[in-house]
Amino acid sequence: MSGLPLVALVGNPNAGKSALFNALTGARQKLGNYPGVTVERKAGRLSLADGRPVELVDLPGTYSLSPASPDEQVTRDFVLGKQAGEKLPDALVIVVDASNLDNHLRFALELIALGLPTVVALNMVDLATRDGLELDANVLAQELGVPVVSTVAVRKRGLDHLKTELETLLGAQTGMLRASAGEPDFDAVRREARRIARAAIVRETPSRRLTAAVDRVALHPVLGLALLLGLLFVMFQAVFSWASVPADILEGWVTALGEAVTNTLPPGILHDFLLQGVVGGVGAVIVFLPQILILFFFILMLEATGYMARAAFLMDGIMAKVGLSGRAFIPLLSSFACAVPGIMATRTISDPKDRLTTILIAPLMTCSARLPVYGLIIAAFIPARSVGPGIGLQGLVLFLLYVAGIVGAMLAAWALRLTVAKGRSGGFLMEMPKYQWPRPQDILIGLWQRGVIFLKRAGTIILATNIVLWVLASFPHAPEGVRQSEYSIAGRIAGGINVLVEPIGFNRDISLALLPSMAAREVAVSAIATVYAIDAEDDAEALEQGLGDRLAGRWSLATALAFLAWFVFAPQCISTIAVTRRETNGWKWPLFMIFYLFVLAYAAAGVTYWAAVAMGLG
Amino acid sequence: MRLTDLPLRQPAFVETIDWESLSSVEGQRLREFGLCEGASVEALHHGGLLGRGPLAVKIGRMTVAMRRNHAAAVEVSTGPQEAQV
Ligand SMILES: Nc1nc2c(ncn2[C@@H]2O[C@H](COP(=O)(O)OP(=O)(O)O)[C@@H](O)[C@H]2O)c(=O)[nH]1
Ligand SMILES: [Mg+2]
Repeated sequence: MSGLPLVALVGNPNAGKSALFNALTGARQKLGNYPGVTVERKAGRLSLADGRPVELVDLPGTYSLSPASPDEQVTRDFVLGKQAGEKLPDALVIVVDASNLDNHLRFALELIALGLPTVVALNMVDLATRDGLELDANVLAQELGVPVVSTVAVRKRGLDHLKTELETLLGAQTGMLRASAGEPDFDAVRREARRIARAAIVRETPSRRLTAAVDRVALHPVLGLALLLGLLFVMFQAVFSWASVPADILEGWVTALGEAVTNTLPPGILHDFLLQGVVGGVGAVIVFLPQILILFFFILMLEATGYMARAAFLMDGIMAKVGLSGRAFIPLLSSFACAVPGIMATRTISDPKDRLTTILIAPLMTCSARLPVYGLIIAAFIPARSVGPGIGLQGLVLFLLYVAGIVGAMLAAWALRLTVAKGRSGGFLMEMPKYQWPRPQDILIGLWQRGVIFLKRAGTIILATNIVLWVLASFPHAPEGVRQSEYSIAGRIAGGINVLVEPIGFNRDISLALLPSMAAREVAVSAIATVYAIDAEDDAEALEQGLGDRLAGRWSLATALAFLAWFVFAPQCISTIAVTRRETNGWKWPLFMIFYLFVLAYAAAGVTYWAAVAMGLG
Repeated sequence: MRLTDLPLRQPAFVETIDWESLSSVEGQRLREFGLCEGASVEALHHGGLLGRGPLAVKIGRMTVAMRRNHAAAVEVSTGPQEAQV
């Protein structure tokens, strides 16, 4: 806790708190358009006009001070000064959506009644204008008894005025602050909010509503579902087709770097280590950066446009059949990018059983860390031919892998809801935000953050695991005629694992990659690359070959398919296990998750392998 | 008429709500969405292929999604709107 004055942004979901927070502090966080994307404490520093610093906190959105989910509880506790480790805020900035005033004012009145120094940000006035609404901020200020400032958070309009009002509030403070929540009569407050909203509306002209028009298609039971599937399909095709050029460029750089190492360093252990362990291993992962950025681009766009809530609406019927609600679809869709933020986003789910089930199935959504694995295997074994207008076979296989993850997740949810997470379904009530065209800056910043995270992973967790693997795979030196990858320590450990996984078609290469890739799935790729580099040391021709070509020469198609099936299910990610432990308060559920997913992975790989062999692909 | 039977995009207002049939959390959330006797509502979309999915309903100026069992607790009327309670 800092000694600075503490100011909290509070209001309904989608009022624009996070946008205002970003505009005021310059700090950045993920912007979403579905209710409740803010689930962590977000604090930043804001300088008032006189230079005084203030700590600004972006609170989770909530509709009232009676919490219905874990993140809403935070908001209530915070504004009452009961949140552990936080002091009572010195002032509140209540953010209201000008185009939905009746509703947001009710909560605003509840907050004003707390008795803390307060200013109201009348946000989204641009959208209100778009909807033909004209409002009078002065009338609003008179009726509410607190200052009101019109703002457009995304255009940074009204921010200086807001800061001036804050300065006055903080300057005028004397004595101890107290916040007390009364038990106001809900209906009375609602009527009051309505009256004030009416009074503040100067003019209301009917106008064409963009959102209603788009929703006629987007929420249509047939067209909407077709649109959703189409969007997802385009996303997966794009991951392959758009990425090929930048990925080739990156690959060229990695190769050049390897050559530079060979040319500058004398042959020896350092040369081998850098070439095989670092450049070969980590380089094999880094070339997937373009694909991961393309995937995140789509996810960020779906969130920022407001489409995510529509996807939840369309999916509710199906989710209900497995005992979940459409709301669970949002964390699951974010898990396509990464299960860690996906699992954290389950905090907006109020029903504890719904939430637990969603956490347990989130790792089944095909996260971006699987892309390097899928990408490598698909490129090596699936021919790049067209199977229809605009449909590539490779993209189609990738799409099917995603579908397998989704179907697996639905079946798992259904089974979990009948057993360990038994209980009545929590229902589905959700606000549908207005459509927005996202600002390019927001998307670019989101992509930048994701790119940095990926490269950091490559530089830390993946590099470290790979170095350990390189050491274990390089020693002791194999005698003439014996393959290094089998003779080394790593090779012997792999030999032990191989006994377990041979029945499902895994070869020694895979056995060797399985253990290190417990740290992160991408390590499977860097590990295989490293081991091949070590084996190819004295074989100039093998060294020239790309990783994919070498794989294609050594694995059968059945083995490759079994390997893909394994990765649809296997819980190979330390970060996911750690976040599950944190979100479920203990080891019970993460251990359960690891167990059931490994069982599924084994079964899926086995069935795939045996079926493929039976079809003559072995 | 129940909200579930209301033709799409026909403005109506809420006559009564059977709060008893809703759990306290659900009831509270619906109230927070602005659902109350006298509120203006409009059914916008039925989700789900066989018409058994959720309903998108406009309550005042806000669009919300709710399941059919919740919408069935809301009695609406398309007659001339009575004075707001
Ligand atoms: N047009 C417009 N959009 C806004 C404004 N403020 C926020 N938004 C957008 O509204 C959406 C929800 O905003 P966000 O800050 O995530 O809301 P929060 O849930 O209150 O944190 C985002 O897509 C923002 O870009 C505004 O003043 N005008
Ligand atoms: Mg937010």
